[in-house]
Amino acid sequence: MNDSEIRDIVLSEIHKVAPDIDPADVSDDDHLQDDLELDSMDILSLVTALHERLGISIPEAEYPEIDTPAKAVRYLAGKITG
Amino acid sequence: MCTIGKTPEDCAVACWRPAELGKARSAHELGRELLTGLPGDAINIGFEAVDRHVEQGHGDQVALVWLSKTDERKAISYRELAEMSSRFANLLHTHGLTKGARVFVAMGRRPELYAAALGTLKAGMVFTPLFAAFGPEPIRTRMEIGDANVLVTTKSLYKRKIAAWRDEVPSLQLVLIVGDDAPEGCVALGPALEDASPDFQAVRTQPEDPALIHFTSGTTGKPKGAVHVHEAVLYHAMSGRDALELQPGVTYWCTADPGWVTGTTYGIISPLVNRVTMIIDEAEFNLDRWYGILQQERVAIWYSAPTAIRMMMRAGKEATEGFDFSALQFLASVGEPLNPEAVIWSHEVFGLPFHDNWWQTETGGIMIANTRAQDIKPGSMGKPMPGIQAGIVEKDNGGLRELGDGEIGELALRPGWPSMMRTYLHEQARYDKCFQDGWYLSGDLAMRDADGYFWFVGRADDLIKSSGHLIGPFEVESALIEHDSVAEAAAIGIPDETAGEVVKAYVTLNPGQTPSDALERDIRGLARKRLGAAVAPREIVFRETLPKTRSGKIMRRLLKARELGLPEGDISTLEVDEK
Repeated sequence: MNDSEIRDIVLSEIHKVAPDIDPADVSDDDHLQDDLELDSMDILSLVTALHERLGISIPEAEYPEIDTPAKAVRYLAGKITG
Repeated sequence: MCTIGKTPEDCAVACWRPAELGKARSAHELGRELLTGLPGDAINIGFEAVDRHVEQGHGDQVALVWLSKTDERKAISYRELAEMSSRFANLLHTHGLTKGARVFVAMGRRPELYAAALGTLKAGMVFTPLFAAFGPEPIRTRMEIGDANVLVTTKSLYKRKIAAWRDEVPSLQLVLIVGDDAPEGCVALGPALEDASPDFQAVRTQPEDPALIHFTSGTTGKPKGAVHVHEAVLYHAMSGRDALELQPGVTYWCTADPGWVTGTTYGIISPLVNRVTMIIDEAEFNLDRWYGILQQERVAIWYSAPTAIRMMMRAGKEATEGFDFSALQFLASVGEPLNPEAVIWSHEVFGLPFHDNWWQTETGGIMIANTRAQDIKPGSMGKPMPGIQAGIVEKDNGGLRELGDGEIGELALRPGWPSMMRTYLHEQARYDKCFQDGWYLSGDLAMRDADGYFWFVGRADDLIKSSGHLIGPFEVESALIEHDSVAEAAAIGIPDETAGEVVKAYVTLNPGQTPSDALERDIRGLARKRLGAAVAPREIVFRETLPKTRSGKIMRRLLKARELGLPEGDISTLEVDEK
């Protein structure tokens, strides 16, 4: 899976959790909580959704690693190849 | 059920030592001892929180340590806070505002928020905090009900949530924008504060003058504005000391946002009145950051909430390894009942248990608490505070009957404590309905055990408690039916292991509309835009019909019982069933 495919998955799961966010309006460096206004329950839902979609579990302490789309793609790509 | 026993040392150092209690004293008496007061029997919350400490020689003590999202650390002394709040008070006067004017604040946790709150109170005006993560609808509704005269907010929040309807709130005279520049029709707060004088004599407000309006949700109708008066500070002072162990000089961190009542009462007023050093973190919950703050700032007293505690539990004990929590002395929790596992977990991990306590927007302060000198029964909210009389009651033949130990009924309080709400703004009838036969009725179901400990059982009404926030189903439903496809909506709370409850909505569609995942997302997206993430439903399901009574009222209770697999109870009034 390449980075662009991972990015599409991340954005589509963000949209499912928070349908008020249009993936086309999201910048890679938008902070999920500060810029996109996801709350902590949304983050938990996103983590669960990414686990279901990609089989990757993200421990609580590593949530800051996915706090922007760009960081999430890097983190998930690392887990997929690693 | 295990009990966490307290050591003789805990009992000896505790601020409130029930074992040594002599003659019962009123909350008024206990609170008055901690305050200074102003001439002519006047009392002003802002003066008690900051100015008097400066007058009494403590101006150099750090009042706030502000930790920004970008890791800036700024310590603000009581003198600086007194000056900042005085500048704010003068600024309000410059704009022609007078005693009693309503000042609303919607912004994140930044120093200006604290200056605005305290300056408003010192100026004898009325302070209302709004949760900055609310969508435009909840903000507008509350400002309209509260006849807001002033709004303090940020440029980003203003543009996204307020500018579109700002001119439609006729009472609104002044919008102050944090920072050095402001959109058209607004005033930039930074330069305005610089131009204002740092000297201001706190207005000699009388004990019954309004000071705070806190909004809370109702089952039906619009949110209610609970009005609190300056005399409430007696109870803010006393309960902070006796329930939370706030004493001069201790380092204290209340993680609640000032947009809610806990974050104002125990995140601004009570700690400052008790002259502590407060930690303020601008960022949202982040495990490593929080543990780091406890360590680096040597936090002694920590007041947090079940949702955050359960998130810490999910990360496990290993996430705490390498951190030094040795400065911690007392942990407390509020917002919703703290499950016993969380109390026991914190005892193991931090060496100290979280002390759960119970209160409401209407009570203005902690009413029932697990305190330092008292053994904890995990899962219980503790015992009534000094000067507070609580009971369990049941409606009986048009009156109220007090129930005995072990019986479940409505948790009720004998009115008269200083921080009790004085009315719901413009809704005296709704206020009057809260009182019967000399009791204030809380709307919570509870039980008292033979040792005098109170246990939360559930809500007596349809209100939803999510992440410690009380959400009115009506407000959620009103936003849902604004969607073109939605005919009717019902919102209920369903159990969630982290948030306590989350909002789930049931909707019926207008003719010609077909349920689909895309439509579900579209409706949920609109609700989030209007209400904000904290209030909007996390899940929406489609129904052909919703269960209704003969009078056409949607039976949320029935939807909830079915969702939880509980008995359906009395359905004799059911006319149309769910399909």
